[in-house]
Amino acid sequence: MNLFGEALRWIGDGSHWGGPGGIDTRIVQHLWVTFAAVGIAAVLAIPLGVLIGHTGRGRLVVVALAGAVRAVPTLGLLTLLGLAIGIGVEAPLLALVALAFPSLLAGAYAGIEAADPGAVDAARAVGMSEWQVVTRVEVPLGASVLIGGIRAATLQVVATATLAAYISDTGLGRYLFSGLKSRDYAQMLAGALLVAALALLLDLLMAALQRASSPTQGKVPS
Amino acid sequence: MGIEFRDVGKTYPDGTVAVTGFSCSIPSHRTLALVGTSGSGKTTLMRMVNRMVEPTTGTVLIDDRDVHELEKVALRRSIGYVPQAGGLLPHRRVVDNVATVPVLTGTTRRAARTAALQLLELVGLDPALGKRYPAQLSGGQQQRVAVARALAADPNVLLMDEPFGAVDPIVRRDLQDQLVQLQAELGKTIVLVTHDIDEAFKLGDQVVILRTGGIVAQTGTPQEILAAPADDFVRDFVGIGRAERSLQTVDVDGRNIVVDGSGRPVGVLT
Amino acid sequence: MTWLDTNRAYVLDMLVQHVRLAVPAIAISVLVAIVLGRIAWRWPRAGTVVLGIASLLYSVPALPLLIVIPVLLGIPLRSGLTLVVALAVYGTALLAGTAADAFRSVDPRVREAAEAMGYSRTGLFWKVDLPLAVPVLLSGIRVITVSTVSLVTIGALVGIPSLGNLLTDGFQRDIRAEIVVGVLGTMLLAIALDVLLVVAGALLTPWRERRPRRARATTASAVPAVEGAA
Repeated sequence: MNLFGEALRWIGDGSHWGGPGGIDTRIVQHLWVTFAAVGIAAVLAIPLGVLIGHTGRGRLVVVALAGAVRAVPTLGLLTLLGLAIGIGVEAPLLALVALAFPSLLAGAYAGIEAADPGAVDAARAVGMSEWQVVTRVEVPLGASVLIGGIRAATLQVVATATLAAYISDTGLGRYLFSGLKSRDYAQMLAGALLVAALALLLDLLMAALQRASSPTQGKVPS
Repeated sequence: MGIEFRDVGKTYPDGTVAVTGFSCSIPSHRTLALVGTSGSGKTTLMRMVNRMVEPTTGTVLIDDRDVHELEKVALRRSIGYVPQAGGLLPHRRVVDNVATVPVLTGTTRRAARTAALQLLELVGLDPALGKRYPAQLSGGQQQRVAVARALAADPNVLLMDEPFGAVDPIVRRDLQDQLVQLQAELGKTIVLVTHDIDEAFKLGDQVVILRTGGIVAQTGTPQEILAAPADDFVRDFVGIGRAERSLQTVDVDGRNIVVDGSGRPVGVLT
Repeated sequence: MTWLDTNRAYVLDMLVQHVRLAVPAIAISVLVAIVLGRIAWRWPRAGTVVLGIASLLYSVPALPLLIVIPVLLGIPLRSGLTLVVALAVYGTALLAGTAADAFRSVDPRVREAAEAMGYSRTGLFWKVDLPLAVPVLLSGIRVITVSTVSLVTIGALVGIPSLGNLLTDGFQRDIRAEIVVGVLGTMLLAIALDVLLVVAGALLTPWRERRPRRARATTASAVPAVEGAA
């Protein structure tokens, strides 16, 4: 148990803050790679998911594909890309994009599909174009589920971004790996606690966002 | 003998009163129909018989024995129960559904199945349906299975909880006719819950009409109730004013034709 | 595939290690999740707390968990037990909510009729609730199986041997074939276990109406997808 105390003291130690390897720098790196990965994956996956949800086409193929992608061990993708692209932030970023993709896609199409068919039908009946049906009815109605997908993806990515440090000098995972190498358990545990805290914080934030976007808040033009 | 409700009441912890001071008895081999709208406590009363609900006051007796003194699970196994639609075990074949209680009480599966197939025949089903799962039967067939299942342990008492409520009117009439016929053969003591007054009159020897809160509006045989409805509530509930309840005869070419309140002929008086 | 030819015994050994870590973790997850799910179903207020803690645990990243658990339980960092516990915590956290849903999916009319016929409390659980919860439960078990098999690889980072060793070793020695074998091996294991679960599910739920068209579509598309991802 006093290992926890040591870890907390390690975090509190002023010499571990500031500078290129400081805790603050690492947190910023960790968040940056997380948001970049989720952002890139979102730009790719959400329009595709919305399209699938709206048209109902290609659903089975995409679902199966997304399922298979989930089965890929991220560490494998990471190391393969590391060897292919070289050591740097690009390889982990790409691997994390692949990790985020299925959750975002699933959230998007499930959100659109969850939109009340009656409301969608009514929107068409009052003369909305397909584009308007998507943007004014389906997306607002499915927003909560869609954001749930973003939440799941963010959680996975912020957790897995720890692995990025295995092939590049980035993020909070660095403390875990360098502590592991030098048998510095306090540093290792400190890194673990920081990542866990960051993940928890982000998840609580996303949960609040998801609640705020619940369709019962009602943004549907009638 | 038979079933007796002695001054029973049920108040739920949240203060809702389902039944107050209800007394009634039905002799053995007779059918008691509890009828009322939802919230009248009719299902609550029936569920007191097999202790699915424990009364907060009063006692329920079967053959002069307080059910509260009997072991719950054994009591339930000794009473046939016909649930509302959807009460069959979806993961058991029809034959095993019928064999449920005998198997629970220790009959070998093989013997219980053999008996179950005969019961299917008794309720008018092809024993070949025994191999199917409930979802592969029609609603009417499912309720026949439910009746067969309730009879499987040869209980003296049957509880029927709106057994034919969810099937279409033609099938319902079929099932009711069959129950009348079965009852003539088997002579069980039946407590039937229904919201359909016609069903209550057709199946019940004794009918209890309940108001909201489990208050008795009237108790009697169907004839007694029709002949002398206690008040406006009963009159309204049994539909005395309704066209099909107010019949009269008209003479047409020397024959007595019965017509209803709106003048539609419904039969010939013989 | 020449790398695989010369290292067959090693790969097989790692595969066995992988199974030995993944299967107990999945089994423990299922058992604990059923208990927690049942509690959450039976006592909704306690359930909210239990499921809240579960989702909180789930948001703790896996690698840090591998480091925190030995400290908490006093077991060695490189012990397989550490990984099994960590993955079981994960699996349970992910599955408990589904287990509660599974019990909620049982038609109350069926439960009530069964109770009225004279099923005892335990009989009701084993003969009615549990079998009828299988379809929803199984969908959750399939999800945690795939994720657990994949997560076992992370153990290699702290020195717990599995197919993950092929990934780290291949990376350090720059042997791409080794990583590819590791990735494919992990995926094939996940798919094999998934197929087993689907078959077991079909055997356990013969009463369910089969939709053959859909079943064929899922199994058929899983295979080309693997090739695509490799």
